[in-house]
Amino acid sequence: MTVLGLSTLVFCGSLVAGVVGSLTGLGGGIIITPLLTLVLGVDIHYAIGAALVSVIATSSGAAAAYVKEGFSNIRIGMLMEIATTTGAVLGASLALRAPTSAITVIFGLALLYSAAMSLRTPDLGGAVDKPDPVAQTLELDSSYPTSGGFKSYHVHHVATGSAVMFGAGILSGLLGIGSGALKVIALDEAMRIPFKVSTTTSNFMIGVTAAASVGLYLKNGYIDPGLGMPVMLGVLSGAFLGARLLPGMKTGVLRHVFSAVIAILAVEMIYHGLTGKL
Amino acid sequence: MDNKPRSWSDQQIETIIGDLLRAGVVFSGAIVLLGGIVYLVHQGHTTPHYGVFHGEPSDLRSVRGIVRDALAGQGRGIIQLGLLFLIATPVARVVFSIFAFAVQRDRLYVVVTLTVLAILMFSLTGAQV
Repeated sequence: MTVLGLSTLVFCGSLVAGVVGSLTGLGGGIIITPLLTLVLGVDIHYAIGAALVSVIATSSGAAAAYVKEGFSNIRIGMLMEIATTTGAVLGASLALRAPTSAITVIFGLALLYSAAMSLRTPDLGGAVDKPDPVAQTLELDSSYPTSGGFKSYHVHHVATGSAVMFGAGILSGLLGIGSGALKVIALDEAMRIPFKVSTTTSNFMIGVTAAASVGLYLKNGYIDPGLGMPVMLGVLSGAFLGARLLPGMKTGVLRHVFSAVIAILAVEMIYHGLTGKL
Repeated sequence: MDNKPRSWSDQQIETIIGDLLRAGVVFSGAIVLLGGIVYLVHQGHTTPHYGVFHGEPSDLRSVRGIVRDALAGQGRGIIQLGLLFLIATPVARVVFSIFAFAVQRDRLYVVVTLTVLAILMFSLTGAQV
């Protein structure tokens, strides 16, 4: 295959990933690596480098839209970024040393986890309870707009949240993914932040986390312009298209289909990793 | 929290940051597109080898090398420069947040944000790991 042919294929694949990623809110980055490795036979190191680029592109590109909704909590985002960026640097330096088969199997497991997570029904309640002294000292409590005016919320378990964020950072740096699903768990389940606030704050953090590991990938020659170009342009065009389609679209069925696709890719990745075919 | 003077609300800051990021993404996307066209015109007919990892040549691994290749009009160098601008967007977000927290006289979060920036700088400019 020529450079032109490969670029076209990668562009089209990334376009689909961008559309589906923005419609389901799962992010397209997670299917870029399986697409490049399983379908196009690209080495996983190049694939991870290209996926990291797409993660930054979607996070930064979507920020303006999220901000207008007025939900994200930049203090929580920034505080948790200490944990995610430290984890991301560690994860990226692990990726430089770990054997391809190990990375592939871990990637498959992360995919399976994302597929399961995407089927979870979010708890939209946002329990009202006592303020947490640590969160108060760190000025984390805030409010968010609802149909009935601004609703205030308290943040809890800052230490547990940070620990999960550190893990999310390691996975992000190791696999070149946004780790959005894990970040939402930390914010949602551990810190008890309302679901809408946790998803937008997670998007805020994903780009910064990816930037923390991308420097190491660049310096070690993992970022290839020939792959980065069609992936970035494809994912961005896809996300733009997805955002235009989104109003009034029923995404429930799409989420289930996408979860099934992710689960199949996960099994393929684990199989290839264990048999050493990648 | 309410007794602190805050000349900008969090929402205003977020809106500026959001617009800044989108502009950065559009700008870097335009450079990547330009580089992509040059690359495909010159090297579109060649056969790529991505099956085995050998790493990028050293000039595509450092800011100085990338700028030199881009100025020489090489497609791959121009794309890489666009990707560098893209990587800079979240870094710009962190830098802008330091400024915004400083305007709000929120010393705690100026320190928090400076810590995040230091980690980013370690990764982006530090020694090879």
